Amino acid sequence: MTDAPAFPLFPHRHLLGIQNLSPSDIVSLLDRADAAVALSRQPDKKTSALRGRTQINLFYEASTRTQASFELAGKRLGADVMNMSVASSSVKKGETLIDTAMTLNAMRPDILIIRHAMAGAAALLAQKVGCSVVNAGDGAHEHPTQALLDALTIRRAKGDLSCLIVAICGDVLHSRVARSNILLLNALGARVRVIAPSTLLPSGIHQMSVDVFNRMDDGLKDADVVMMLRLQRERMTGAFVPSVREYFHFFGLDAAKLRLAKPDALVMHPGPMNRGVEIASEIADGPQSVIQEQVEMGVAVRMAVMQALLDPRRDEAAA
Amino acid sequence: MTTTVFTDARIVDPSRDLDEIGTVIVADGKIQAAGASARNQGIPGGAEVINARGKTIMPGLVDARVFVGEPGAEHRETIASAGQAAAAGGVTSLIMMPDTDPVIDDVALVEFVLRAARDHAAVNIYPSAAITRGLKGLEMTEFGLLRQAGAVAFTDGRHTVADSAVLRRAMTYARDFGAVVAHETADPYLSVGVMNEGLFASWLGVSGVPREAEIIPLERDLRLARLTRVNYHAAKISTAVSADVVSRAKQDGASVTAGVAIHSLALNEHDIGEYRTFFRLAPPLRAEDDRLAMIEALKNGTLDIIVSSHDPQDVDTKRLPFADAAVGAVGLETLLAVALRLYHNDQVPLARLVDALSTAPARIFGLPAGTLKPGAPADLILVDLDHPWVVTEADLASRSKNSCFEGARLQGKVLQTLVSGRTVLKV
Repeated sequence: MTDAPAFPLFPHRHLLGIQNLSPSDIVSLLDRADAAVALSRQPDKKTSALRGRTQINLFYEASTRTQASFELAGKRLGADVMNMSVASSSVKKGETLIDTAMTLNAMRPDILIIRHAMAGAAALLAQKVGCSVVNAGDGAHEHPTQALLDALTIRRAKGDLSCLIVAICGDVLHSRVARSNILLLNALGARVRVIAPSTLLPSGIHQMSVDVFNRMDDGLKDADVVMMLRLQRERMTGAFVPSVREYFHFFGLDAAKLRLAKPDALVMHPGPMNRGVEIASEIADGPQSVIQEQVEMGVAVRMAVMQALLDPRRDEAAA
Repeated sequence: MTTTVFTDARIVDPSRDLDEIGTVIVADGKIQAAGASARNQGIPGGAEVINARGKTIMPGLVDARVFVGEPGAEHRETIASAGQAAAAGGVTSLIMMPDTDPVIDDVALVEFVLRAARDHAAVNIYPSAAITRGLKGLEMTEFGLLRQAGAVAFTDGRHTVADSAVLRRAMTYARDFGAVVAHETADPYLSVGVMNEGLFASWLGVSGVPREAEIIPLERDLRLARLTRVNYHAAKISTAVSADVVSRAKQDGASVTAGVAIHSLALNEHDIGEYRTFFRLAPPLRAEDDRLAMIEALKNGTLDIIVSSHDPQDVDTKRLPFADAAVGAVGLETLLAVALRLYHNDQVPLARLVDALSTAPARIFGLPAGTLKPGAPADLILVDLDHPWVVTEADLASRSKNSCFEGARLQGKVLQTLVSGRTVLKV
């Protein structure tokens, strides 16, 4: 990663969402991530790009892959990584988000990674601390690194995102992944579709620059990428959809439905999957699935994001 | 299969705006021709020819709201006995409510009803399915799978979904599948009374149900119907204000239809007399002004359809003090004759009545019925519009005898009922 200065200076201090990124911001992050993939595939995966820097992971929601991914990314870049375990912290004693943030801020970290169940939590934190903040998912708002890793996965398989038909299927209503992806894919010129029962679509979806479908048969036609979303268990039993059986029958991705997409369509899922609910096992583990690649790209994207935010040129400019 | 020809009948077919003297030819279970022009087609060899001079032929009635006891309360009514009662009343298609035990909220129950109807019923019986599991008003049922299995409508039967968020999501989900949501609108908290609220109830000393018990949930439903763009059917309305509310929603372009129970067109609260429990109904019999408003709304099309709301109850549940007695009355066998009162009194034209009893319900619920168009299934009835008769308990084919019209003098009788060309009743 010695060629880092070749990348343009990232013009943002935080990564709170895709919303405020320009297409060139996104492309430069993906370019950086490509380099990080190469590094991660070497036997010696460690650099000193972030040596001496302190990274704190503040996860208020359970997470395995995202937290592990951020931790590994930081370690590969040589940062000192600390995981705040919310379960055993003062948060359990009633400390507010801002008090926790101020306390951590006093320890002078360089970058805070936050996941929180409430939309807007990452932005609130960013106002209160002196370091960079990365949103690792805030409620149903955004999950920018997931959208970036999805875009990287697609770009590496298809070469380019422009004019690709990407179908996002499932619980768009509650999904931060869907919101970030809709923004990012549109920014890079893809044609975005959403497919879901109307009970799982947010109000105003028709104004989000997507084509809306209520049937997989219509929406999957000629798709280049099929992106499945997770359906939370508590939403499957009559509140938003009648049952697992009905949901899988009409909206679960199985071989018959996937045949409607292009023959070389990619199948993606942000994980964790509900096999037999939104996706059949034979598809999740099938030849068109890039779900494991998504996980690999996740580490690379997070390395790229942290490097871009903690670019030493920014400190030089400030000095 | 045999060919049947009815000659010189008055043919009333609202699906084609047709009311003329002519011939009806039925072959292979289908209508081959029906109208004045069919007279020139000649009579096919070997055909059974029925002289229908002075009689009327109309599409068989489609009753969109029928409660049946099977499964769970076969002593009140079975699918077979409901079919017999329907045939006697000229009803060739009926939609069965999901208020059974177990509730029709699962694909297996829909299949059970369709199988039992095919094997045992004289007429076409279509199941509706519950909006919420167990009619509890909490979790929506599998609309997609139930519709694929053959449920023609979604309704919580006698129940009204109280939770507006549950109803809104059910409507939204139903819209995706093109399903009709047919809902009775009775606020569960305001509907604890036993008859129309007012002076008469007060003198009788029983608790009343205000009109608002119906109007408030109806207005809510129509708001949600506009929001979700679902095909919404107000199942049974009974007040003048309700008709105005429906009319306004229709003017707004909402996909809304409405039905009225035959009792709300024919009776009022005073018919309860000395606590006659067969007249304990839901919605309750209202005042005469409301009844007249229902007739006007039926005439002008605000009310699309008439239903019998056939609800068999046995003597054990009806021979009780008024407030303890079960709700509901049978109505399949008297539906047509009671409706014809409006025709004989010059209150509603015959074509509008036949539309409301047959063509309109078939259209709303997507049933292959309600028409005498060539090629349609030969579901039709031969009626003597003027024939006088008196309803007697002994003559009722229904397993339950809780009729509001026992002893009533009616005018107009079904002489013959054909279902897919097969005669299932002939008097």
